[in-house]
Amino acid sequence: MNVLEATGDAAIRGLGYIGELTIQFWSGLCVSPHVLPIIGKHGRWRAAVRQMAVIGVDALPMVGIMSVCAGFILAMQTGAELRRFGALQYVMDVVAVGFTRELGPLLTAFVVSGRSGSAFSAEIGTMVVTSEIDALRTMALDPIEFVLAPKYVATMIMIPCLTIMSNAFGILAGAGFMYISTKITLGMYLRYIFNSIELRDVVTGLLKSLVFAAIIVNVGCLEGFRTRGGPDAVGRSATSAVVWSTFLVILADVFFTAIFYLLHQV
Amino acid sequence: MADPVISVDSLTVQYGDHRVLNGVSLDIQPGEVMALLGGSGSGKTTMLRHIIGLERPTSGTVRIRGVDINRCSPKELKDIRCTMGVAFQECALFNSMSIEENVSLPLRELTNLADPVIEIMTYMKLVAVGLGQAAKQMPQELSGGMKKRAAVARATALDPEILVFDEPSAGLDPIVAAGLDEVILALKRAFHMTILVVTHELASAFRVADRLALLYQGSLVDVGTKDEFRASTHPRIRQFLDRVPDPIAEGTAVRDHFLELAGMAGGRK
Repeated sequence: MNVLEATGDAAIRGLGYIGELTIQFWSGLCVSPHVLPIIGKHGRWRAAVRQMAVIGVDALPMVGIMSVCAGFILAMQTGAELRRFGALQYVMDVVAVGFTRELGPLLTAFVVSGRSGSAFSAEIGTMVVTSEIDALRTMALDPIEFVLAPKYVATMIMIPCLTIMSNAFGILAGAGFMYISTKITLGMYLRYIFNSIELRDVVTGLLKSLVFAAIIVNVGCLEGFRTRGGPDAVGRSATSAVVWSTFLVILADVFFTAIFYLLHQV
Repeated sequence: MADPVISVDSLTVQYGDHRVLNGVSLDIQPGEVMALLGGSGSGKTTMLRHIIGLERPTSGTVRIRGVDINRCSPKELKDIRCTMGVAFQECALFNSMSIEENVSLPLRELTNLADPVIEIMTYMKLVAVGLGQAAKQMPQELSGGMKKRAAVARATALDPEILVFDEPSAGLDPIVAAGLDEVILALKRAFHMTILVVTHELASAFRVADRLALLYQGSLVDVGTKDEFRASTHPRIRQFLDRVPDPIAEGTAVRDHFLELAGMAGGRK
């Protein structure tokens, strides 16, 4: 196979994958109301709530620690440079804007992708190899509705919530650095932060987090549904879910950052 | 003769260059227990997966009560599946649910029955397979035989007209396997279900089946009653019934093959 054929083959497979993701995304979106309280099917919302606890509550310590560390690192790195120009107070702007626009959504997406994206894939992959998915289909139950929809709704709700928490932890880490370096109190720091953050920064960050959530849940579930073979295939699917979702999250981040940048210029 | 409940016509399945089923035709009559026999790799599980509509054939048709399951609407397919119970070889019980929840799942999802009615029906299904005491247990806490029976209870939850078993006796000791055969016979007697059993266990097939069909390398060798099979002189049926092994390689005896594998071709060195 020459380079051209290999490139074409990879492009076709990549487009096929994106096509499968899109179809699954749409199918999941259509059946998601079935797992909501009141309008959903009898008791199905409980599955979504259980997923929310696993995806959101259980991930909070890791998101918190990573955000605090990243906030502190960002503050120290920018502080080291800005101090030379006597502009140490701008560390607060960098941390606030950096987290709300970029680091909060991205760190949260990485944590959830590593924890839950791989777990979705492993869980569904195991269901495939043990014929549980086939059993659902023979019982006239739609696996997308029964397996994917609770994860879908839970992820779409919990990732923006975790992103808000990540923003808060990262910004508070900046407060720690500022207190150590310049003795700025928490009250003063927060007043400065609230003045420097714009609502647009928070909203664009949350919009990105919604897109990342859709990518993570769809890639995780698709890799699970595509599992073929035995237990080793489940492991490969979990790895593939993390790799693909991280890659697509970065691509989506570039795309949406460019769009928001252009909109800001207009 | 009544119209067949399951009608397979010229079913051909091919994956790449590998043809798994080669124009197989088979009719299963209402209330009949059909045992689909065949060795490993003969295509019987592939045929089962096409009969229950999990895969689309390369060519040929599968009709359930006259409806082509590969060309019907999603609504028709759902209606057909609601009248069909499947007990998989791996049991396919949901590990996150108790046995009771597994069995009640189709009732909760596909009917509008009240919770107390569902609980009573679930208990009845579990008692029918001898698992009344195991309702609250999780699948991983059950033995292989109990899991198989739980899978049967779930397959019968909606009182299906058609029941399909994939290797029901696989991995079970003879006593437990015999118990499962009795469950199948009891279901047939009590509910007059049309039952398809895919198996390679001869004792089980001859115990439960009204008719047998033998698959060999993707083709149907013969279909007949138990007596017809016992009296058959067809070499493949005789080989299967008399448990005669295939030669491992053309003109090579088993002993020579192992010696060859051990690097001792031509005898002891």
